[in-house]
Amino acid sequence: MTADVLIIGAGPAGLACAATVLAGGLAVELVDAGHGPGGQYWRHPAPGSPPDSAPGGGTPPGPLRLPRGLRGRGGHPASDDLHHDLGTYRALVARLEEGVAVGRAVTRFGHDVWSLTRDGDGWVAASHDRGAGTERRSRGRVAVIATGAHDVALPFPGWDLPGVFTAGALQALLKGNGVVAGRRVLIAGTGPFLLPVATGLARYGAQVVGIHEAGDPRDWAAHAPAVAQNAGKVWEGLTYAAGLARHRVPVHPRSMVVAARGAGRVQSVTVAGVSETGEPVAGSERDIEVDALGVGWGFSPVIDLAVTVGCRTSMSWSGPVVEVDDDQRASVPRLFVAGETTGVGGATLALREGELAAHRILADLGRPPVSTEARLLRLRVDRSRHKAFAAAMADAHPIPAGWASTLVSETVVCRCEEVPYAAVRRAVVEEGAGDVRQVKQLTRAGMGWCQGRVCEPACRGLVRSLGARSVAEQPGQVRSKGGRGDAPTERLVALPIPLGALADGEVVERSAM
Amino acid sequence: MSRVVVVGAGIVGAACAYYAARAEWDVVVIERDQVASGTTSRGEGNLLVSDKGAGPELDLMRLSRRLWLELADELGRDELELDEKGGLVVASMPDSLAALTEFAEGQRSAGVVAQPVEDLRSLEPQLAPGLAGGVFYPEDLQVQPVLATQALLAAAIARGAELRCGTEVLGFTSGGGGDRPIGRPLRLRLGDGSTIDADAVVNAAGPWGSLLGDAFAAPVPVLPRRGFVLVTAPVGPRVRHKVYAADYVANVSSGDAGLQTSCVVEGTRGGTILIGASRERVGFDDTLDPLVVRRLAAQACALFPFLREVPLMRTYRGFRPYCPDHLPVIGPDRRVPGLVHAVGHEGAGIGLAPATGHLVTAMISGALRSRRDPRSPDVLDGVDARAFAPERFASAVTS
Repeated sequence: MTADVLIIGAGPAGLACAATVLAGGLAVELVDAGHGPGGQYWRHPAPGSPPDSAPGGGTPPGPLRLPRGLRGRGGHPASDDLHHDLGTYRALVARLEEGVAVGRAVTRFGHDVWSLTRDGDGWVAASHDRGAGTERRSRGRVAVIATGAHDVALPFPGWDLPGVFTAGALQALLKGNGVVAGRRVLIAGTGPFLLPVATGLARYGAQVVGIHEAGDPRDWAAHAPAVAQNAGKVWEGLTYAAGLARHRVPVHPRSMVVAARGAGRVQSVTVAGVSETGEPVAGSERDIEVDALGVGWGFSPVIDLAVTVGCRTSMSWSGPVVEVDDDQRASVPRLFVAGETTGVGGATLALREGELAAHRILADLGRPPVSTEARLLRLRVDRSRHKAFAAAMADAHPIPAGWASTLVSETVVCRCEEVPYAAVRRAVVEEGAGDVRQVKQLTRAGMGWCQGRVCEPACRGLVRSLGARSVAEQPGQVRSKGGRGDAPTERLVALPIPLGALADGEVVERSAM
Repeated sequence: MSRVVVVGAGIVGAACAYYAARAEWDVVVIERDQVASGTTSRGEGNLLVSDKGAGPELDLMRLSRRLWLELADELGRDELELDEKGGLVVASMPDSLAALTEFAEGQRSAGVVAQPVEDLRSLEPQLAPGLAGGVFYPEDLQVQPVLATQALLAAAIARGAELRCGTEVLGFTSGGGGDRPIGRPLRLRLGDGSTIDADAVVNAAGPWGSLLGDAFAAPVPVLPRRGFVLVTAPVGPRVRHKVYAADYVANVSSGDAGLQTSCVVEGTRGGTILIGASRERVGFDDTLDPLVVRRLAAQACALFPFLREVPLMRTYRGFRPYCPDHLPVIGPDRRVPGLVHAVGHEGAGIGLAPATGHLVTAMISGALRSRRDPRSPDVLDGVDARAFAPERFASAVTS
């Protein structure tokens, strides 16, 4: 069966798109890796999953079990109080469920889409149904990629110790598993996302010993118009600030983590001041005892499916993003992209983009509009406003230019393949690797299980900073002026799938011919 | 000192640069992208004698094998990640085993070590039960192509070679006249607007070699033949050799443009399993085709049932430089004195690179030393180079 609209990703963008095209009378197939709608932003505990399942590295002193009163059904935290704008979520899910009830929507949760390819004039997504262990093909006349973003992590000495998390992982553990990952937690990195992570942990009993923000919120002043136009965002920020005050969480601007230490698990963190040029200030280091550390350097869009089908991309502050037009159309026909995949900007922006994509799809497939011109105009204005705010936040919260100065030769850059900093430095400085692909070929960094999703931002940064140095220091060496520079990494397999499922899929394909 | 410009910094270009630099040529390698960024990085790094019947390509491969082992001593075995792992060809049915046995007999008479194997699972414990039999080829080996390219280039640079990446050779403006294999120096036009004079130019542009030939008005019939390779999640050392099905040989030598798949399964140092290889002629179309992925997966699972539970982690594809008669084009081009081809190795370029570099160097050096003799050396180290001469296509057209 071919749906009118094949949507990959059931986060805010995918849900908004689904709800709107359903309202216009179209049939939808919605595929998502999670166990239910919401994506990372509205992440909920899995139904029937064991409560308080310990995360990796959550051994002594271990995750904090929530007091009974805070647990919801099945022993999980109700977790509603961790979510923002739950009203919108519930309304969207209700409209999706309505679509399912009348047979116009099909949802495929627990499905990892490994490929998206052309299928005549339309699209076919091949996914791994993790529950059944089989491969499934979902077809649509148009496709929408709304695959969101993941955390950006950067290496520092000790970052691979158990107990060190990305800020997003701390949040996901709390929202999805009801796990508070430590008792004394330090939050570091940059950007407004650190605030809800810290307040969430604090209200569930962790002692958040501090937020070490590499940027300086006072830099927001430079972007007064973009900030002022986003009263909602400012109000949200103030809410978190109040939460921090209530839980006595100190915020340290211009401060970053330069090392984590511990025997078998993080026990202490070294922080240092950040200079105007983004370098850790020598002599300003101090050690803080913790049992968990969360570091967040922002988010990187998940664009693998779009890159594979040949969408035009561009480099943004958050890494490569898919280029779209005013109607969220990608450079490839009958393909739409919405949400973080077009540039990280938060859930509200994703909602607007998903809805705008839906309006264009309705028109393209010959359906009457479901909204007034006035609403469309408001959506577009809203989108610009949120994009401007995201750009302002990015500008005020850059990754410190000198982040790599904390690295020592043995610091592991690629954890899957255990590639140390010294190997990456050698590849760039001595062997002339001019892009992340070449670094991978020479060192295996990015060849492992995560396919470079974790180490790529670091490798990209190192190619840039070390590459500039190597030209100056090593003239005449094997030197690549070429290289794909900022071109996105190609990952033809967007998510892993067992060979057996593919092999059985081949049989299905043959018998269908 | 005479200058040779090598076009292409893949494995073949790197080997040409290395041997030419050793023969004291002034070497300049020009690469439009990066070192080993084309076909070289898209393969498995095979040196196979097992898939070649007696003939010139097998001779070239056996020479290349000796040279790879010499290079391992000189440049370091670990630098190349050279692994003498051996190849195991398996036949599922009695009739395919009979064909394989006959094929192996011919190889043995050409000097290849080919050992019949009855108990396949003593060599490969994870193989599926019930396969008819196979042949073991201990001489098959593997190098890591990108590291090997890098090592060859670094050794060439240590001998004075120069590498220029990020620019391409657009053609030549003057020179090259006469009826000798090496004529007046060619003045090459580069993409960055500069020119460079070269006594000899080596076309080592792989599947793009026909474009370079065209730019010199000396076309060579090299076509891209697409292949996908699958890489699994790490599973540890569970496949010990290169293991492939007997019909692989038939696929390699087929001229069919349509899709052919016959899987080659092997383990890597990193613990992943590599599964090749599909063959199809679709130009430079690099679209992902899930059908190819599924077929390779099915064939690999049939050989090694444990793979059913192993996740596919990534897949990559590349374009083999394919010639209609499946032989590389190695030798001076009479249409443009000074131009020497070293392309068209199809899926065997990694294995054949040192012999190619060795041959090309002998050709340009010999031709330059004795300008009276218009012919390149015919037989070198047991290889009859005439089989690879570019003229073979021209004569096919005229006859």
